[in-house]
Amino acid sequence: MDDRTVIEVPETTAQTPMGLAVLPERHRFAVSPLNRRRWLNFKANRRGYVAFWAFLVLFVVSLFANFIANDKPFFVRYDGQSFFPVLVTYPETAFGGDFETAADFRDPYLQKLIAEKGGFMLWPPIRYSYNTHNLDLPTPAPSKPTWMLTEAECKAVVERKGLSGCRDLEYNWLGTDDQGRDVVARLIYGFRISVLFGLALTIISSIIGVAAGAVQGYFGGWTDLLFQRFIEIWNSIPSLYLLLIISSVMVPGFFVLLGILLLFSWVSLVGLVRAEFLRGRNFEYVQAARALGVSNRIIMFRHLLPNAMVATMTFLPFILSSSVMTLTALDFLGFGLPPGSPSLGEMLSQGKANIQAPWLGICGFMTVAVMLSLLIFIGEAVRDAFDPRKTFG
Amino acid sequence: MDASYQELLEVKDLSVSFRQGQRETVAVDRVSFEIKKGETVALVGESGSGKSVTALSVLKLLPYPSAHHPSGTIRFKGRELLGLPEDEIRHVRGNDITIIFQEPMTSLNPLHTIEKQIGEILLLHQGLAGEAARKRTIELLTQVGIPEPQTRLASYPHQLSGGQRQRVMIAMALANEPDLLIADEPTTALDVTVQAQILSLLKELQTRLGMAMLFITHDLGIVRRLADTVCVMKEGKIVETGPVERVFTAPEHPYTRALLAAEPKPDPAPINANAPVVVETKDLKVWFPVKRGVLRRVIGHIKAVDGVSVAVRQGETLGIVGESGSGKTTLGLAILRLVSSEGPIVFLGSSIAGLTFKKMRPFRHHMQIVFQDPYGSLSPRMSVSDIIEEGLWVHHPSLTRDQREERVTRALRDVGLDPETRFRYPHEFSGGQRQRIAVARAIVLEPTFVVLDEPTSALDMLIQAQIVELLRALQKRRNLTYMFISHDLRVVAALASRLVVMRHGKVVEEGAAAELFARPQSDYTRALLAAAFNMETAPSGVAAQ
Repeated sequence: MDDRTVIEVPETTAQTPMGLAVLPERHRFAVSPLNRRRWLNFKANRRGYVAFWAFLVLFVVSLFANFIANDKPFFVRYDGQSFFPVLVTYPETAFGGDFETAADFRDPYLQKLIAEKGGFMLWPPIRYSYNTHNLDLPTPAPSKPTWMLTEAECKAVVERKGLSGCRDLEYNWLGTDDQGRDVVARLIYGFRISVLFGLALTIISSIIGVAAGAVQGYFGGWTDLLFQRFIEIWNSIPSLYLLLIISSVMVPGFFVLLGILLLFSWVSLVGLVRAEFLRGRNFEYVQAARALGVSNRIIMFRHLLPNAMVATMTFLPFILSSSVMTLTALDFLGFGLPPGSPSLGEMLSQGKANIQAPWLGICGFMTVAVMLSLLIFIGEAVRDAFDPRKTFG
Repeated sequence: MDASYQELLEVKDLSVSFRQGQRETVAVDRVSFEIKKGETVALVGESGSGKSVTALSVLKLLPYPSAHHPSGTIRFKGRELLGLPEDEIRHVRGNDITIIFQEPMTSLNPLHTIEKQIGEILLLHQGLAGEAARKRTIELLTQVGIPEPQTRLASYPHQLSGGQRQRVMIAMALANEPDLLIADEPTTALDVTVQAQILSLLKELQTRLGMAMLFITHDLGIVRRLADTVCVMKEGKIVETGPVERVFTAPEHPYTRALLAAEPKPDPAPINANAPVVVETKDLKVWFPVKRGVLRRVIGHIKAVDGVSVAVRQGETLGIVGESGSGKTTLGLAILRLVSSEGPIVFLGSSIAGLTFKKMRPFRHHMQIVFQDPYGSLSPRMSVSDIIEEGLWVHHPSLTRDQREERVTRALRDVGLDPETRFRYPHEFSGGQRQRIAVARAIVLEPTFVVLDEPTSALDMLIQAQIVELLRALQKRRNLTYMFISHDLRVVAALASRLVVMRHGKVVEEGAAAELFARPQSDYTRALLAAAFNMETAPSGVAAQ
């Protein structure tokens, strides 16, 4: 051993006069050619690529829903002081009001108080939040989009507020729902909660599903057999009825609902990942890693998981869209998010209950349709991207 | 047919180019050759030289439109094939020109019986059905030497051996009595003894039916035995064409000369009877249980390794030879404790039989393995550097990054690769280079004992010789002990000091390699030797199909 090192060390230095430390960094963080090819394949599917960006923009925008549609201004200047009502809740007394309750910035009384002290407010483009009731509705709720109103319809409100006509009213661009809440605001918040819920459900159930599938596929034998039977039994529990029972006992919030759906959604990826691991565990490079004494955990993570991830990634957008669908369906039936939450399903059910107010049904339908279509298009592009046989051009 | 053509197949200036994104790759570059009626032309070259692509373009079987032909003509019986529309070329395929592929496992549909698969061709091109088709099918199967063809009709591909499957493929190819048979490495996936049988079958059928043959191979031994004319291909070009005799006796092109000289030279490590024993097994058994019924009762065993005792001494190479299914690979895996086995295994003086995976870990860096398939044995998602240093993480976790890097660099240099390439991914390397990486992964841990599981079988002749040289040099420099598993006796002869011949999980014969090659004791060994060195078929009954 010793004489070998003595012989070879000078050789090392002699053949690379430049030194060894220079090269690594640049290569180590470069995108691997495989991923580059996938990205190109993804881009080659124009529809999916456009859908991806469109969805990303919509999602990021909806993340800032509080700054787009809110019944509180971003910024208030009052009496030489600065306030940020979107982020912090202030009592009315902070602006010279009478009560310790949270300030209602839409209240003309409060607006007057602020204006008197020479203060001003910066409002989001839409001055309604998802739960703001428009108290100045010209017609009984659900009320038409403001631009569709006739002068006769808004006469009462216009006169009461001392305005000159319908155009001066505060706009409900897509009308209001049956409780006088602005549809645009509810759509933005509803989109956000749907996507967030879908993402959370998808990610958590994928993690559980991949882990379960990996263990089954890798160890095989009895582990696999017992686990498979368990999943079969588990799958045969009617999840919808269970959900109905639970929601009749308690009002499910976001996380309870997530938890219940999670109980059943994690199985969707198990079979796929299990098959990939079963196939992969006999690959020669896995054998080679075993011969090196690499532990099972690391073999699963480093050598087998990347293979299984291709199949998983291909399925993700479709799982996401089905998660969104599930939530919407439950909301539609009234077993989803608690009453008052901005939800697309609830808007659809309102649309069904109020045929005379078509803007509700149309808006809800369009939003769900666009969102799901975008996700499906993205899913198709992702599938193309991971297809090893796909050649573009 | 009319005699308005001179050659059966005339390929002139043929180029094939593949388009991927913005990139154009020229796979075949202005190739010309012709085949006369009843003649055998061999296309020889290493993998990637464009020989298969040339053959496939004759039948337009390439992935069009990403493949296209910038130049050239292919005339078959005086008729241009290149511009032919799809439905007309279909009449040529399987009728006038047929093809047999390398992999008999995947060329047959696993869900159809033999009768159905051959019958389909008869129905398509000759309109034969029912009793007539059945009669013709039996006739064809008899022709290709399948025993008891009547009972074989209802068999599925998985019920046949590799050699029989290839015979069925040939029967399908012959069904319409083609004028030209394209054989794309038809024997590469087969054992030496079976290979010899298939080759003599092809030769015999060719003389009987008077068809021409385009034979694609990387094995010069086959060419010499089978072909009339040989075209040597390199990097998409034909570098030399000529009658077989002339090319083999007086090669003109330097590449042809290199190919002919590529035979690995026998220079095995010496036997040293006093050297310490590295690995020893006594009556080693690997039995896979066969279970049946609802209660999964064990009704029998597949005896992959059935009572094998071997001993390998320090510094020597023990060759393990046998056909596929003889249990030689399983023996290697069992010694490395990668499959469970029964019977004592002693490694460097300590018993390792029955140790758990965790307890085995300290031994792992003394024993390593190099696998057959350089494409499958490297994880495609790890860089070369990550692949090689993986073992270091396990066995020398205390090394600093620089130390690890130094050892990876040294291992790469030892196997003749540029250390600068260590951040590339395996797919950027050729088969031979990948096999060098696999060797580097094994030797970076400085093992004592390395199992080489057919490390050269998936490689071209030229590369085979290089890898053999590399292994030999490493053995000398590091005093390594090898267990060399192979079915290719020519490579084994180059490396092994002692030999163990295995068949059906049992040792048939063992002894010093030189002795065994000179005076084989058993019929089976004799059959193996005859097939490997002279491509002769053994007397029937000795080697299985």
